[in-house]
Amino acid sequence: MGRSHKPIVWGLFAAGGTVAAFVLPMLILITGTGVGLGLVPESTLQYDNLRALLTHSLTRLVVFGVLFLMLWHAAHRLRITAHDLGVRADTLVATVVYAAAGLGSLLLALALIAI
Amino acid sequence: MSRPYIRPVSRTGWWLAQPRYVRYMLREISSLFIGGYMLIMITGLYRLSQGPQEYAAFLTALLGPAGVAYALVTLVFAAYHTYTWFIVTPKAMPLVIAGKRVPGPLIVAAHWLGFAVVSVALWLLMTAGGA
Repeated sequence: MGRSHKPIVWGLFAAGGTVAAFVLPMLILITGTGVGLGLVPESTLQYDNLRALLTHSLTRLVVFGVLFLMLWHAAHRLRITAHDLGVRADTLVATVVYAAAGLGSLLLALALIAI
Repeated sequence: MSRPYIRPVSRTGWWLAQPRYVRYMLREISSLFIGGYMLIMITGLYRLSQGPQEYAAFLTALLGPAGVAYALVTLVFAAYHTYTWFIVTPKAMPLVIAGKRVPGPLIVAAHWLGFAVVSVALWLLMTAGGA
C-alpha cells in the first residue's frame, strides 16, 4: 500500500492557515489598500524601500516561508472548496491547484534569489 | 421492502440552505482571494527583481482602482479567516497545563494578542524605512 500524501498537504495547510491568520490582514493593509486610502506612507511600497528591506538574506528567507505557506494553504483549501461546490474531478483539481502553487513557489524563490 | 427515502440535496447549492453553511462557504472561498493575493505578491517580488521600471509598472497597477478593490475584498476575507481560525484553534489543539484544560476563550484571546503584536511589528518593519 502506498503511503498517503495527506500529512504533508495537511501540515502545509495548517501552518499556512496559522501564518495567514496572524500576518495577512496587516500585510494586505500595507501592500494593498493602505496607500490608496492614505493610511500608509507612500514611500513604503517604493522600490528603494523594499529593496532595502530585502537586502538581508534572513528577511528574504522569512518572506519566502510566509508567502510559500500561505500559497499552499490557499491551494489546499481551494481544492476542498471545489469539491464542496460539486466539482468531483478531484485529481484534476488537485493537479491544477498544486501545480499553480508549485509554479508560484518556484517563481517566488527565483525572484527572491535575484533581488 | 420499500427503498429508503433519500432527501434530494443539490450538489452545488447545498450550502445556501442554512446560514452556518453559508458562513462555512465564505470561510472556504477566502482561499480563492488569498491565493490570488499571493500570486499578486509573488508577481510584485518578481517585478522588483527585474528592476525599478518593471516594478514601477506593477505598482501602478497594484494601486489602481482594480488593484485596491481586489485588495479590499481580500482584506475582508483575510480578517474573516483570522476570526474563524482563532475560534477553531482551542478545538483543534486543546491545551492542558498542569493537568488542567486551558479555557477556550483564553486561548482565543491569547491569539488575538499575538495578532496585535505581529501586526504592529509588521507595520513598524515595513513603514520604518520610508519614514
